[in-house]
Amino acid sequence: MIAKRIIPCLDIKDGRTVKGINFINLIDAGDPVELAKRYTIEGADELVFLDISATEQKRKTLSDLVLRVAEALDIPFTVGGGVSSLKDAKILLKNGADKVSINSAAVKNPNLINEMSNAFGNQCVVVAIDAKKINNKWIVHLVGGKEKTNISLFDWASEVELRGAGEILFTSMDNDGTKNGFANSALHKLSKIVNIPVIASGGAGNLKHFYEAFEIGKADAALAASVFHYDEIRIKELKEHLQKKNIPVRL
Amino acid sequence: MNVIIIDYDAGNVRSLQFALNKLGVNSILSNDPEKISSADKVIFPGQGQASSAMIKLKKKGLDKVIPNLKQPLLGICLGMQLLCLKTKEGNTQGLGIIKINVEKFPDTVKVPQMGWNTVNHLSRNLFKGIKQDAYMYLVHSFYVPLIDETSAHSFYSLNYSVAIEKNNFYGVQFHPEKSSNDGLLLLENFLKI
Repeated sequence: MIAKRIIPCLDIKDGRTVKGINFINLIDAGDPVELAKRYTIEGADELVFLDISATEQKRKTLSDLVLRVAEALDIPFTVGGGVSSLKDAKILLKNGADKVSINSAAVKNPNLINEMSNAFGNQCVVVAIDAKKINNKWIVHLVGGKEKTNISLFDWASEVELRGAGEILFTSMDNDGTKNGFANSALHKLSKIVNIPVIASGGAGNLKHFYEAFEIGKADAALAASVFHYDEIRIKELKEHLQKKNIPVRL
Repeated sequence: MNVIIIDYDAGNVRSLQFALNKLGVNSILSNDPEKISSADKVIFPGQGQASSAMIKLKKKGLDKVIPNLKQPLLGICLGMQLLCLKTKEGNTQGLGIIKINVEKFPDTVKVPQMGWNTVNHLSRNLFKGIKQDAYMYLVHSFYVPLIDETSAHSFYSLNYSVAIEKNNFYGVQFHPEKSSNDGLLLLENFLKI
């Protein structure tokens, strides 16, 4: 049986992880490769690296980092953040990334999804969607949530599937950072209307939240950052919990 | 050991090379029929789309070279599917080494299957030392049905071949280079054949 995936997300700036991280026994806690290795050992199923730097040097730094991660990691990983062209994606994939995630660029130029899917196969195209509930409607936001659009989350999700996305990473801006749980009803609806895997993101605070994202939200994978970085939740403990509740996980 | 990875622009081969490095093997990417024919081991990687992959193989005459290889060959993912007769993906003619057609998963499940699935195997060759129901990482929309050459199966809406073997030809649907320790062990087993 296919397992539900647990995915830690690392925010990267200028080749280093950001957000204070208090892991012990790490030679260099800011080094994404060190962190990635630690998560792999703990049982992460996949990793997401999100580049949030905005410097000129960015592309080169990121592609060098991807190469180092690929060398150190023997589980799949996705790279995202500022990918806006086929060329950007190609460099990352050539260097060993398994999937590339696109967000704002996909909304501004939806054809990029088709181009990437045709060039590399849909399995490596992740479309990340940030959305927020406004007047009871889930609305897509861009540029890390700063820019509102008029697009409905569900319409956009269907469109990206049609255009060749292999997976959707849905972040609820309403839930993100609250630690009150994932946006399960929106997740459930998403999972019903698209036939590609959906990754839940935003709101993880405790073990039960992950269970609910899978059981109620019908998510295929759940992503979180701070609860893992700050050791509030250990991946192994989380997976044991899920297994006890009959959620299939890789232990 | 001279290990050649068939080069036909098949997506992420970097990770495969890194995994082989860990096993002490410095693999070479090549599309040269002569080099491929004289290798000790050949890996036929895969990721991408079947019809464009076949076009690239044909351009170099590799569609004629691969079926005649005598040394152990490991097809990975699309590489395994292309060992078969024909695939529904773009209605593409494969290499015909394994006499079966590759089908598409029904839409009662999410397609592609993406993630870790359990593998039930016959403990032969490639799977020595790998426990039953070990998790391997898969990403695919098409599958090889169960056949005589099936050496491992998985379940995703139906039971299908997750590994096949026929003479010197081996194929795995999962990505051993992305399947943590068990995946690495499988690659090691292949190198020992």
